Amino acid sequence: MKLCFTAKGATLDSLSEERFGRAPYFIIVESENGSFEAIQNPYADGAGGVGPKAAQILIAHDVKALISGQVGGNAREVLVGAGISMYTYKAGGSVKDAFDQFTKNTLARS
Amino acid sequence: MKLAVASGKGGTGKSMVAANLAYTLSQTESVTLIDCDVEEPNLHLFFPASVTTTDVTVPVPVVDETACQHCGVCEDFCQFGAMTVLSNRVLFFPELCHSCGGCTLVCPSDAIREVPKRIGTTSISTPLPHLKLISGMLDIGDPHAVPIIRAAKKLAADDPTIICDTAPGTSCPVIETLDGCDACILVTESTPFGLHDLRLAVDVAGRLGIPVGVVINRSDGKDQATLEFCMDHDLEVMMTIPFEREIAAIQSRGDLLCRVRPEWQKAFTALFIKCSALAGGD
Repeated sequence: MKLCFTAKGATLDSLSEERFGRAPYFIIVESENGSFEAIQNPYADGAGGVGPKAAQILIAHDVKALISGQVGGNAREVLVGAGISMYTYKAGGSVKDAFDQFTKNTLARS
Repeated sequence: MKLAVASGKGGTGKSMVAANLAYTLSQTESVTLIDCDVEEPNLHLFFPASVTTTDVTVPVPVVDETACQHCGVCEDFCQFGAMTVLSNRVLFFPELCHSCGGCTLVCPSDAIREVPKRIGTTSISTPLPHLKLISGMLDIGDPHAVPIIRAAKKLAADDPTIICDTAPGTSCPVIETLDGCDACILVTESTPFGLHDLRLAVDVAGRLGIPVGVVINRSDGKDQATLEFCMDHDLEVMMTIPFEREIAAIQSRGDLLCRVRPEWQKAFTALFIKCSALAGGD
């Protein structure tokens, strides 16, 4: 299953980013084997409508769960519509830490 | 002449200047006053009268899900994230839509048509024999001020003397209001915030090629920094209104300085003559 983590950088050691639509990077991790792909968010500095646009990236990459700090209303509507579940991670640690928390099932669904 | 009253900083006295200027001019000629601060119009409070109100609408897309192939072309086209195409339906976010009509044009299945959506109103009244007041009002919760401003300005058509009261700031609603104006009064106050935002407003008007003059409001006599800025930028301080309790009281009860103290009409007439000179008129 593909998971998406919002991050400030392009690696698993990068700090997690609390914002969804304006996150600099989306780190997409394959939960089966831990392999990952970093996608630079082209909408990070967009003027408006970045939430749905960012959500469209997740749909295109067949992501099943999003782990982020905060997801806005429009993005949420798209993600719910696409059947992508959302989990809140606000500990401010690395993507790796967020991934560990997710695997231990300690993150709340949002 | 089409004149804008702007400020940068909010609360400096744009509406006060616009209302008194329009009132004074209307004693001798026809004036059209447009409240372009459509998120918070207030000029009607100074000029109570019965109004004729018209809805302002913008076109927004409606998707016929039976014809839609969910191909995603409209989603790719929309730069504002207003359309998201899921496998079995299309999500549309009206507050993100800029009514460009692009989705309707690019849809290969002709599944999108446009319908009007109300975003606010324009009101028109004649509170004084020679004064026409046009007010734009954006509906609460709607983010698109610009089409309302455009509609309000259109109602003034080619009236000989038009005064546009702008929104504060330097964003799209201000640009839309300034567009096509012959001159701009910038109302400021002698505070660090007033000067900071005056600087921004001067920059904006300069880029639009609109000549600018300054009015200092609520002056406590310590206007040195503002005067120096104006001198450095070759801006005329066309009028200075003192910080006086009585002026504030008149304004606060919805009255007009020039009506209560008619001697002020001379100063506002002089202000208008200076604006005409700025605009390259007489």
